[in-house]
Amino acid sequence: MFVSWATGLSGEVVDQVFFFILAITVFLLGLITFLMVYFVIRYRKKRNPQPSDIHGNIWLEIIWTIVPTLLVLAMFYYGLTGFNFLKKAPGDALKVKVIARQWSWLFEYENGVKSTELKVPVGKPVKLSLTSQDVIHGFYAPAFRIKQDVVPGMTNTLWFQPTGVGTFDVFCTQYCGLQHANMVTKIVVIPVDEFDQWIQKRGKEIEATKGKPGGAQLFHEKGCVACHSVDGTPRVGPTLKGLFGKEERVLIDGKEQTVIADEAFIRTYILKPNTYVVVGYPPIMPPQALTEDELTELVHYIKDLK
Amino acid sequence: MTQNGVLEKTYPAASFYDHQGKYRGILAWILSTDHKRIGLLYLGLILLFFSVAVFFGFLMRLKLIAPGFPLMKPQMYNAIFTLHGIIQIFLVVIPAIPAIFGNFFLPIQIGARDMAFPKINLLSWWLYASGAAIVFLSLFTAGGPIDTGWTFYAPYSLRTTVNVPLAVFGVFILGMSSILTGVNLVTTTHRLRAPGMSWFRLPLFVWGVYATAWVQILATPVIGITFALIMIERYFGIGVFDPAKGGDPLLYQHLFWIYSHPAVYIMILPAMGVVSEVIPVFSRKNIFGYKAIAFSSIAIASVGSLVWGHHMFVSGQSDFASVIFSLLTFLVAVPSAIKVFNWVATLYKGSIELKPPLLFALTFIFLFSIGGLTGLIQGALAVNMHLHDTYWVVGHFHYIIFGGMGFGFLAALHYWFPKMFGKMYDMKRTIGGWIILFIGFNILYFPMLILGWEGMPRRYYDYPPPFHTLHLISTIGSWILIAGLIWIFFNLIQGLRRGEKAEDNPWKGASLEWQIPSPPPTHNFEKIPIVGKGPYEFG
Ligand code: HEC
Ligand SMILES: [Cu+2]
Repeated sequence: MFVSWATGLSGEVVDQVFFFILAITVFLLGLITFLMVYFVIRYRKKRNPQPSDIHGNIWLEIIWTIVPTLLVLAMFYYGLTGFNFLKKAPGDALKVKVIARQWSWLFEYENGVKSTELKVPVGKPVKLSLTSQDVIHGFYAPAFRIKQDVVPGMTNTLWFQPTGVGTFDVFCTQYCGLQHANMVTKIVVIPVDEFDQWIQKRGKEIEATKGKPGGAQLFHEKGCVACHSVDGTPRVGPTLKGLFGKEERVLIDGKEQTVIADEAFIRTYILKPNTYVVVGYPPIMPPQALTEDELTELVHYIKDLK
Repeated sequence: MTQNGVLEKTYPAASFYDHQGKYRGILAWILSTDHKRIGLLYLGLILLFFSVAVFFGFLMRLKLIAPGFPLMKPQMYNAIFTLHGIIQIFLVVIPAIPAIFGNFFLPIQIGARDMAFPKINLLSWWLYASGAAIVFLSLFTAGGPIDTGWTFYAPYSLRTTVNVPLAVFGVFILGMSSILTGVNLVTTTHRLRAPGMSWFRLPLFVWGVYATAWVQILATPVIGITFALIMIERYFGIGVFDPAKGGDPLLYQHLFWIYSHPAVYIMILPAMGVVSEVIPVFSRKNIFGYKAIAFSSIAIASVGSLVWGHHMFVSGQSDFASVIFSLLTFLVAVPSAIKVFNWVATLYKGSIELKPPLLFALTFIFLFSIGGLTGLIQGALAVNMHLHDTYWVVGHFHYIIFGGMGFGFLAALHYWFPKMFGKMYDMKRTIGGWIILFIGFNILYFPMLILGWEGMPRRYYDYPPPFHTLHLISTIGSWILIAGLIWIFFNLIQGLRRGEKAEDNPWKGASLEWQIPSPPPTHNFEKIPIVGKGPYEFG
């Protein structure tokens, strides 16, 4: 069996509140269950043929109204202090933009570096601002005990501070359709100098290409890989290997036709996925915001997938 | 002749089964306005739908028996968990106790001959049956089975290509049925109480159903409007919820939970009413704290209508809203706790016979307490961030809904079975079935709490290998649970077919339904009784 031990400051905070309330509730459950079982045995008909005529007791009613009220208020308060901590990111936090879309994650750092995994330095607070390009998703890092829905049209925030290096799961927790269960990635916590090196190196690469990533990189960053393979295996969408120049059966306005997958076809498909539907696949490809350059790069990349 | 001294004689009037009305055969049922027949009509459909939904649950658990288990494709799984939820919530759990037992017993318990509006009562059943038919029809038409989850969250529900409009239309119709049933139950309680049946002589089951009926009337229209807006947005592209069209997806969640949280109380309050009936009868003792229990029903119904935002702590609603909703959530736990304490206190110095109805009622208390207490844990703002939308929540609400409402339902069924059918079931066998059910239940749902705490998200058709062991245990639990259910219902069917004839008052209850023949005659009471004492004075 596996237990995801808490990590990070948030992990400690949440676990403290959790075990505090858990202790009270286990005690209450034990008490209720014990009394119930004890009474049923002690006052069974054989042993106690004559029931007592009791209708209630005002003092008991008052006690078991007030005591639980105080207990739940304590729980509420404890939960609230933890929440205040979890919701207030320190000002010097590393800022990362999180973009969610069916069914992949993209992380964008302030210097323009993009990554499909969330790399962060150990011991530094990280502040995420989360947006979605399509439906609602949920950003969840169980080891850090943090979660935030990612809602289209809104920017939600979340912060955490890793306390040890390691690789930790990220799951999507708001049901978002077919591949919801595969919308996963990792938080990779690395030593500070390693992180600095990585982010600078990637930053330089971007400058070298003048901010123009190649087709392969775009294919990852724009989330195409979530639905398309480049090695011939079909995923949610058809593989793009060997697509260029192929005869393709597609639905146009619901009518089945054969088209040649030329450059114009691929361009249109990426820009306005609703124009065509490849026969045998669900019509779910999302439109992507792309610059003209990015589009050209992508189309070239796909053309070369022989 | 009765302990109440209210009925002068046992009259020979024919049971409602033998009633000769205008129609014959099946029509004598589906066109009957007799509240008892309508209650049984609901019972038939609800058990049918329940078995379908249990089968879907079985398939889901089977798919999750091992990572990558190739039982079905993702789309199929997504459709099945959606249907499991929709059928269980809208077709089974919400109507079960008010529509079956509320219909059958509320009028009798208050000394009435029928509901206030018998024809509307029949209309409710027809709406229920049509709503259900439409939901099932949606599976086979345009786009196919819905894959949105029972919550229909926008904008996903607006964009998915499956048949969402027809399905939500079906639920819309079900809502109509629920509202009309609520109106009927409230009016009946106000207007048709027998002479001497003052508010504080009402059996607590009536209080529970009465409080529920108000929630049905007040909250259900909200979900109707919400689903109407979904249909409008899908057909006419008016942007209410989809941000791409200028809408607000959080507005959808608010509207949805304004109904769907109180719906949890629609499920649980009547079951609490059943427990309050059963415990005194089998302890031979007046209920402890009648008024505390009665008023806590009202408190739960009213405060419970203001806590919906606890489903949205991580949705992006304002932190201030979350704080208020969390506070109210903790407070609404208090009246539930009061009920539990009063029930346990009722056992004190009783003369207790652990017959099947009491066994189910006490199991309700135990499982519902686990459900309620896990609710407190996840209601704490900090902890909710971790547990929301994980298997913890799935475990929590199955403890509440199945452990609470489900066992309350079984308590009601075994308590009133002799009255409804005039036959007795084999009590020893019920206990055997209970053992299997109880063990299976906990093996199925307890691992879910641990899974959730370890970070397993819900609505996943597959999962990483570290979660395997607990999923496997849970799946095995599902088989045991189903075996227990089959055992228990088989035993009841045996009781129907060859059980002994039941006495009029096998449990020596003091409320009015036990003072008339089993099964009851068509008009319940030949002479409307005059009530001279409370429902738990066994004397
Ligand atoms: C959410 C899943 C998804 C994502 C993300 C996605 N696609 Fe698609 N794509 C599909 C599906 C499904 C189809 C076929 C049916 C349809 O039209 O929706 C498709 C079809 C295509 C086709 C036509 C293939 C053929 O065999 O004719 C191309 C080209 C394509 N996608 C390119 C892309 C590119 C480039 C990206 C990234 C910018 C991308 N897709 C992102 C799901 C996706
Ligand atoms: Cu997602």
